[in-house]
Amino acid sequence: MSGNQLVKAIAAQDYKYGFVTDIESDTLPPGLDEGVIRFISAKKNEPQWLLDSRLKAFARWKTMKEPDWAYLNIAPIDYQSISYYSAPKSIKKLGSLDEVDPKLLETYDKLGIPLLEQKRLANVAVDAVFDSVSVGTTFKDTLAEAGVIFCPISEAVQSHPELVKKYLGSVVPAQDNFFSALNAAVFTDGSFVYIPEGVTSPMELSTYFRINERNTGQFERTLIIAEAGSYVSYLEGCTAPERDENQLHAAVVELVVFDDAEIKYSTVQNWYPGDEEGIGGIYNFVTKRGACRGARSKISWTQVETGSAITWKYPSCVLIGDDSVGEFYSVALTNRRQQADTGTKMIHIGKNTRSTIISKGISAGRGVQCYRGLVDIKKSAVGARNFSQCDSLLIGDECGAHTFPYLEIKNPRAQVEHEATTSRISEDQLFFCQQRGIGVEEAVGIIVSGFWKDVFKELPMEFAAEATQLMAVSLEGTVG
Amino acid sequence: MLSINNLHVAVDDKAILKGVDLTVKAGEVHAIMGPNGSGKSTLCHVLAGRPGYQVTQGGVDYQGADLLALEPEIRAREGLFLAFQYPVEIPGISNLYFLKAAINARRKHEGKGPMPAVAFLRMVREKAACVELDEGLLNRSLNVGFSGGEKKRNEIFQMLVLEPTLALLDETDSGLDIDALRVVAEGVNKLRSEGRAILLVTHYQRLLDYIVPDYVHVLAGGRIVRSGDKDLAHKLEAEGYGWIENEAST
Repeated sequence: MSGNQLVKAIAAQDYKYGFVTDIESDTLPPGLDEGVIRFISAKKNEPQWLLDSRLKAFARWKTMKEPDWAYLNIAPIDYQSISYYSAPKSIKKLGSLDEVDPKLLETYDKLGIPLLEQKRLANVAVDAVFDSVSVGTTFKDTLAEAGVIFCPISEAVQSHPELVKKYLGSVVPAQDNFFSALNAAVFTDGSFVYIPEGVTSPMELSTYFRINERNTGQFERTLIIAEAGSYVSYLEGCTAPERDENQLHAAVVELVVFDDAEIKYSTVQNWYPGDEEGIGGIYNFVTKRGACRGARSKISWTQVETGSAITWKYPSCVLIGDDSVGEFYSVALTNRRQQADTGTKMIHIGKNTRSTIISKGISAGRGVQCYRGLVDIKKSAVGARNFSQCDSLLIGDECGAHTFPYLEIKNPRAQVEHEATTSRISEDQLFFCQQRGIGVEEAVGIIVSGFWKDVFKELPMEFAAEATQLMAVSLEGTVG
Repeated sequence: MLSINNLHVAVDDKAILKGVDLTVKAGEVHAIMGPNGSGKSTLCHVLAGRPGYQVTQGGVDYQGADLLALEPEIRAREGLFLAFQYPVEIPGISNLYFLKAAINARRKHEGKGPMPAVAFLRMVREKAACVELDEGLLNRSLNVGFSGGEKKRNEIFQMLVLEPTLALLDETDSGLDIDALRVVAEGVNKLRSEGRAILLVTHYQRLLDYIVPDYVHVLAGGRIVRSGDKDLAHKLEAEGYGWIENEAST
């Protein structure tokens, strides 16, 4: 098989989550104005302060422009052609998960996320978000016993308004950027996690996001608070049906960590990537940021990004507390005509703060990928240290990879290291493997897994298998 | 075991092999010599199934099967091994892991389960010692940062591990110092047995002092123009290829 055939075979991968659930939905007609925001707020029975904050964000958003500095080619987005709210009609106040519409349960089963008690993943609590609403959260009672709050954010607004009010927008303010302002105005649902002081969450927490309805955007909002001495590992997964139009997903995730606490946040993102010609797919424009407010606190971002037509995403850490630690481990795969501009920001403020960045980019087909990272060491960050490693792997000769590292160092006693490599899976390598009896598909697999194993080992055990499968699916079919 | 019949091969419409006939029986060692550009490496690559070569005429029978119809990995699993002239580097995959994948691919083809780890390690250590391959290299990424001699040793090591039925060695001797040459030759001699055949491609007679072939063939202008025994190699060493090319053109 020639290199070209190989590339075509890889690029022609089927997306396995592209089905549509036929379910009746309450969907707002496309368009965005104050009325839409008031509708969303009223639908969720929100207090006045939250409505006010949405309206303020909306007013701000109208004065802002989309960022144009990323290495991305984005067709103009008509924000008036998007519907900002869609929910399955059958969603009501539910007493238990057993009352969830069977069609929804079936959808999550098909996605490999069983919600019903008897089939659940052992030791993982799941919150499932379907279009604009949460359809169910598992293991709520077990978590409550430990004092852990894990619920849809719309529910947290009702049940824990003081926590939401205190922390929402405290890490990513609405005016931070164009998409965070839009999200602050129209966010619909997402997960809320609160881990009390000294508590280690008894299980992994997970949110599963699914876009189903046509022409809708998904604007979820996630807020995780880890009080002093607590620990939680959280994972999000994402899929969407195959459609010819682009759909917008503009999420905001905020993490707050106090003294000696740790949040491990993992993402397996597999939104619909569009077809081989770049028609359709999700625009994934996400702002994720965590604040290490306490001494010796720690935030670890791990992401496996295989989906979306366009990804614009920089999970970041603001290292305020002395001796706090920020980590970013990323594997991103761009195939077909996918584009990704992704990386991280590590902002060192406290003394002896440390950060590690390991980014592995794999480009195949006609995918284009950029690593963009900022290491910002403020004057106060005496003894700060950073290590960054950014590696790119190219499969075929029609894809691209770029690296844009930014270093701003204001403290002379800081240590910063940056390493970068670019390599290509060559026809010669594949033939060599074949000559030893290893088929092309397996050969690509082992070369890729050799490439991304540093990041892979950071994934929570329960999801390591899922992520491996996802990578295999995204790369399989290389034997034409 | 191997029967090459009137094989014509072109690269980008340029004819390289112009009717090669060669029969190799089990237990035999054949050496193919010839001037630069005569098609020696092409012959190895076509037999192993490298993309980019067009077979325009003729065919190859390997153990009763149409060799050229098989995918390269199937040929390998059926016992054909090519020791590369320029072994590739693969970062991120350890030598050991790679070999395990190769062995298990072949075992699967033969309907067997994966090789138990302990047996695998024992066997690998033993074979590494045969070619005096530093055990430290086993855990390093495949050929990455290996010297030229280490890469060639690694090829012979892989050959010993995979125990091929038909081994093709493409100028394995080039670029080796005399000690490495001896080690490589010993490795090849270990493999010699009644059930196996070896096809050596070489420029120089030197290797044939260590591995004594049953037959020597001269490939020139895309054809085998002369065959003989080891004395032919000595004659070539002494007199060069000119006289054969002259004979062939008349």
